[in-house]
Amino acid sequence: MPLNWKTGGVLLGLVFFLAVLLVKPIGVSTQFVILDGMIADAVNSEFITETEEGYTSTNAYMAKSGGKYAGNAMNPLNYSFVFVLAMMLGAFLSAMARGGIGAAERQSPALWRANFGDGPVKRYAVAFLGGFVVLYGARLAGGCTSGHMMSGMMQTSLSGYIFAAGAFASAVPVAMMMYRKEG
Amino acid sequence: MTPIILAIVIGAAFGAVLDRVGATNPDWIGRMLSLKHLHLMKTILLAIGTGSVLMFAGQMLGLVDVGHMDVKAAYAGVFIGGLLLGAGWAASGYCPGTGVCAAASGRKDALFFIAGGLLGAAAYMATYPMWKASGLLDDLAGGKVTLGSVPGSKFDGIWAMQGDILGILLGLGFIAVAFVLPERLSGGGQVADMPAE
Repeated sequence: MPLNWKTGGVLLGLVFFLAVLLVKPIGVSTQFVILDGMIADAVNSEFITETEEGYTSTNAYMAKSGGKYAGNAMNPLNYSFVFVLAMMLGAFLSAMARGGIGAAERQSPALWRANFGDGPVKRYAVAFLGGFVVLYGARLAGGCTSGHMMSGMMQTSLSGYIFAAGAFASAVPVAMMMYRKEG
Repeated sequence: MTPIILAIVIGAAFGAVLDRVGATNPDWIGRMLSLKHLHLMKTILLAIGTGSVLMFAGQMLGLVDVGHMDVKAAYAGVFIGGLLLGAGWAASGYCPGTGVCAAASGRKDALFFIAGGLLGAAAYMATYPMWKASGLLDDLAGGKVTLGSVPGSKFDGIWAMQGDILGILLGLGFIAVAFVLPERLSGGGQVADMPAE
């Protein structure tokens, strides 16, 4: 069982507060673009190039805002990218400290198995397609659950509310249709 | 190197807390989004409210730098992108942050989520000029705006009300909703607890 919502909610709120107190609001999904940029530039070194003012890219999205994303992809030791790596470390240590995740659950979640059976292939396919749609949507929206919904609504930003309305408007019907059994 | 140390400390804390509240577990995401079990929704609402009250109260007391606020632009694509993200979030049980954390904690399906995510982000990079040309990325209601006008902030408010006070009130509102929201809306009567992992 996860932490009680009162404890968990206060802890999660404290992390979001500490981030904005010490540095800036939390966000994650941009780093998928940064990693894509690193991969693309490793395959083709012409993808990102240095200019007099910084960096630019043959891709219009990487090059926008004065090549900010292109620059971050060329300098991976920046705050936001290291932040995501550290998130993985924190989640790993926390999961290990509570005894790790069982073998069946590691392959596919109990809720999935209750509704769609034990075979992992379908689960992997849906996770892959889900990832595609989630990140395409997050980049179109300019942020994800962390940056738009949590950090955004916490700052009373209009975009955070618009994003949350869109996300729940589709998430609830999709989840209700897919996960009829509770698992 | 200070920013890197802060990234490691805050990032690790965020990852650990996401793991402990159940947000990296697709079982809890699926039960929340299918409205069967709202425990995680209560956690999220309380977190937004707590963060909001602390940040705006800190600003009013002069302890929190208003310049650290970073408000994203509002445009039609935010809603469309939200719809897409919501569908994928519900189907897979992962969003970008919880997906990478779940993979790190040993979930194999989350690796497929990340692979799909990298491809989805690349697809957006390739199709960005089309969205840009469509006008759906053009600012709505002033773009980077907050609901109230936050004193000292570079972002405009859409309402005349003082933004930090409104932020505290809304934060208290989120906290109140977290308390009154029932743990279950549908699927009642069944045993809620399942073996932890």
